[in-house]
Amino acid sequence: MTLTVEHATMPVLGRLPLHSSRAEQIAHIAEAAKQIRIQDLALVHHAGAGHIGGDFSAIDILATLYGAVLDISPATVDDTERDRFILSKGHVAGALYTTLAAFGFLPVEELATFLKPLSALNGHPNRNKVAGVEANTGPLGHGLPIAVGHALSAKLDVSMRRTYVLVGDGELQEGSNWEAMMAASQYQLDRLTVIVDRNRLQQGATTQETNDLDPLPEKAAAFGFAVVEVNGHDHGELLDVLSAVPFRPGRPTFVIAHTHKGHPISFMSDNVAWHHRVPDAGEYQQALKELA
Amino acid sequence: MTVLETRSIADQPRYDCRDAYVETLAELAESDHRIVGVVNDSVGSSKLTSFRKAFPDRLINVGIAEQDMVGVASGLANGGRIPFVSAASCFLTGRALEQIKADVAYSNTNVKLCGMSPGVAYGELGPTHHSVEDIAWLRAIANLPVIVPADPIETAAVLRWAAASVGPVFIRVSRMSVPKVYSEDYEFHLGKAITVRDGSDVTLISNGTILWRALAAAERLAEEGISARVLSMPTVKPLDTDAVVAAARETAGIVTAEEAVSGGGLGGAVAETVVQHHPARVSILGFPEFAPTGSAGYLMDRCGLTPEGIADAARRLVTTGT
Repeated sequence: MTLTVEHATMPVLGRLPLHSSRAEQIAHIAEAAKQIRIQDLALVHHAGAGHIGGDFSAIDILATLYGAVLDISPATVDDTERDRFILSKGHVAGALYTTLAAFGFLPVEELATFLKPLSALNGHPNRNKVAGVEANTGPLGHGLPIAVGHALSAKLDVSMRRTYVLVGDGELQEGSNWEAMMAASQYQLDRLTVIVDRNRLQQGATTQETNDLDPLPEKAAAFGFAVVEVNGHDHGELLDVLSAVPFRPGRPTFVIAHTHKGHPISFMSDNVAWHHRVPDAGEYQQALKELA
Repeated sequence: MTVLETRSIADQPRYDCRDAYVETLAELAESDHRIVGVVNDSVGSSKLTSFRKAFPDRLINVGIAEQDMVGVASGLANGGRIPFVSAASCFLTGRALEQIKADVAYSNTNVKLCGMSPGVAYGELGPTHHSVEDIAWLRAIANLPVIVPADPIETAAVLRWAAASVGPVFIRVSRMSVPKVYSEDYEFHLGKAITVRDGSDVTLISNGTILWRALAAAERLAEEGISARVLSMPTVKPLDTDAVVAAARETAGIVTAEEAVSGGGLGGAVAETVVQHHPARVSILGFPEFAPTGSAGYLMDRCGLTPEGIADAARRLVTTGT
């Protein structure tokens, strides 16, 4: 039997009430992550393009942020006191769009327009076209400086709003990130959280083979960050860590989320070929079965 | 609106536009708490020491890190602030060009980019520190007005306009000493040329530190019986197409003069406009190559960006059509 996914079939989830238990939150995040992966798989398959490896690497982090951490909702998308999330690894726009759709920021049906002419859903996110997108990213090394600016504005306002930025590990090869980390430390931006999607793969090879980042925890600590390492696919760990920042008052937080590109699909996981490969009909069916 | 005491323009007192910049920024910041300065260790070179003293929390110094500086400004704008980024134009535009494109112009963030000491102001420091390419680079980016004020009055007016308008802008702020070209009641209007001297034989179009030289050139030409129109073109983008087309129609040709490369800047913009709407001769004065060693004044003289050099180009247009 052939499985098909229509975007409109995805249930719209929301942020759980504040009094929800940790177990309820984790179940909520897990369900969101599953739905987002199914929709994202369809998104890339139908569009014939996308970055599914990096999407699947990041989806558990996105589901945790939007499902239980960020103080933001479709109703407060322009509220000045909203938390900010910046997707610096903008090539995984598909994962962000499906996440935003899952939480009601954008109509689920609109996902079908991904990469189509005149769609708001560009291959890289645009803040002026899509509600909930905070920065136009795509070129790497831009999100973290912008996040530092957000966090600075919050500090000037003596506001409790938080700023989260998701960067790819390969992306950290861009020097602008390290400029921004110095400034974040200098200005003691402890309501800024950098999350590194540490899947150890970049476009064509491993980060180690290309321009090794290790020892990454020590580097981030040397730049003045409080460093935490988590399993980036473990919703409980992600929830606990991302809800508990800052870990050290006066210091920005650096969360190294250990992930796998293409997770959890058997033939995609940790396979560099899936940086921007598109699943064919057979692979699409196989992946759907594994996600179900 | 304009001061037309062109008889003595070259002899009038000279001003550093950065003084008008910092005075106006402080005045704007006093009345609007959203305004912040963002610098790359350029507090002194931007003359912002007094601003820092008055608003210590609102002068954000990210250190010598231009890509971060422009990204931070974009983030500050997202948080509701109005950042005025102040850095040497050569580094602001050259090192952070992609941030200017993606984080400011394409993102439509409310960031005011102020390129300090542009052109050849850092004369002897050499072409690494000259910023003659900035206008050409930024003119290619959509959704980014490019403004080149000519004197302290215009600098202040442009800053007030920038603070009141919502969206990205690039403003050149010169350290070169210039006389006042405008009267105190000057009002800046984006995309509008100002006829600072009327004339019918030939048109001189200029801005920034070269505008007063164009006025002085017109004085010389008048003594020879040549009537030169002088258009001030503070807004290189969007260009005042109507004023340029009228000049092409009504006079024998156009001389453009700017403290910038001789291709892609104001001259390029005027030439593109003329070719599309009313073909006419355009003589473009600027810097055609990397400059040799020398002071800013020497370099301008050498490239013909002097009253006599501009007048020469105008004479050739009127007498031989070349």
